[in-house]
Parts: sequence; C-alpha cells; structure tokens
Amino acid sequence: MGQPATIRIQAEPFDTAAEIEALSAGRHDVGAVVTFSGLCRDEAGTLAALEIEHYPGMAEAEITRIADEATARWPVSAMTVVHRYGRIEAGEPIVLVVTAAEHRQAAFEAAAFMMDFLKSRAPFWKKEHRRDGSSGEWVDAKESDEAALERWR
Amino acid sequence: MKLVYFAWVRERIGVAQEDVTPPEGVATVRDLLEWLKSRGDEYAEALKFPEAIRVAINQEHVRHDEPIAGAREIGLFPPMTGG
Repeated sequence: MGQPATIRIQAEPFDTAAEIEALSAGRHDVGAVVTFSGLCRDEAGTLAALEIEHYPGMAEAEITRIADEATARWPVSAMTVVHRYGRIEAGEPIVLVVTAAEHRQAAFEAAAFMMDFLKSRAPFWKKEHRRDGSSGEWVDAKESDEAALERWR
Repeated sequence: MKLVYFAWVRERIGVAQEDVTPPEGVATVRDLLEWLKSRGDEYAEALKFPEAIRVAINQEHVRHDEPIAGAREIGLFPPMTGG
C-alpha cells in the first residue's frame, strides 16, 4: 500500500494550480508532478452543459479503491483526485488528477491509470443539456473506455 | 434491503430508491433483476437488457452471479461515464 490519496467529490469548481501547490508544498522528495484536467467540451457548439450524477458514498469509496491500487503499483509520493457533480457548463473543468512522484514515469503512469479507471469504474453519469434547449440524452459509455482497462491487466 | 437507482435506470423506474423484500429463491443479482422486471412496466422497460445493468452491493461493484444474501444496499445503474 502506497501513500494515501486526497479524494474530493464536490459541486464547486477547483483551482488546478492550488491543488498542484498543495500536493508538493514543503516536500523535497518530489521530482515530478503530473496533472490531468478533464473539461466539458461543447461538441462543436451543440452542447451547453453536462449534468453529472453520482452515487454518493460509493463514488468516494470506488475512487479510493482505484487510488489504492495505483499507489500499490507505482511509487507515488502523493495524489489528489477531484471529481465534480451537478451542472457543469461547457468549458468548465469536471475532473482533476494530480500525481506526484520521485520520477516522472510513475507520475505519468499512475495518472493515466487513474483516469482509465475513473472513466468506467467510478459511479458517475453524464447527461447532456443541448444548446438548442432540447432535452439531451444520457452519454453512452464508450467501448474504447472499457478496452483501455485491458492494458493495465 | 434498500435498492438505489441512478441515471436512466432511476428515470425509467421513476424512483431514486426503495426498500424491497425479494421472495425466497431470489438468490443472486441476476435473480433480483429478473424479479424486479416482473414488478411493473417501468421496471420491465428499465431492465429490458439486464446484462447492460451494472450492480453494486454495499457500494462495491459485483458481477451478476453474486449472491445478494445479507446485502444492505444494492445499486443498479447504467455503464458509468465518469472522468
């Protein structure tokens, strides 16, 4: 088991720079910090916003399980994961993964692993709000997201 | 046991959660989905393709052959689209 991760599920936006700073502040053992931010795309101007539903309690628990596996597999010094829920306008951030490690490879790989599993194992669902005001659909899971997990087996 | 529904499963069934007592013989997640389908048109519609439904027992992912005995909370939901 590696270092514990900081995991937050929140409606509010997050400050990426502040999260990076918080993760590495006061430490001299961190040589690499990798950040992934996922934003709400407007799908060529057709999408106004996403409504993100989550399973309270399980969302935190599942991301903790994924983070525990990541920190067991790679020598990660620290990790922060923030995932938002509720209405998120096009252009706004949805998810943040920050990994810190002594060397870059562990930080890159742990961040990629976290995102691959967040996509299809963390209990969140996206519904579209269309720009034309019509009621949007629930976003379908992509087979490519499920296939992405294969490379970590 | 408490059942909780999310996303289009919740919308199609029409409630976010409910307490149920499945009859004898409903032993696994697969049995539970089949039994729920018999409870009304909205359940039949929501669970029309049971293999597409993802299930969590006590907030942990499980497969459809998992026994449900002792479960406090069972979540039923579509494939996830997080990140």
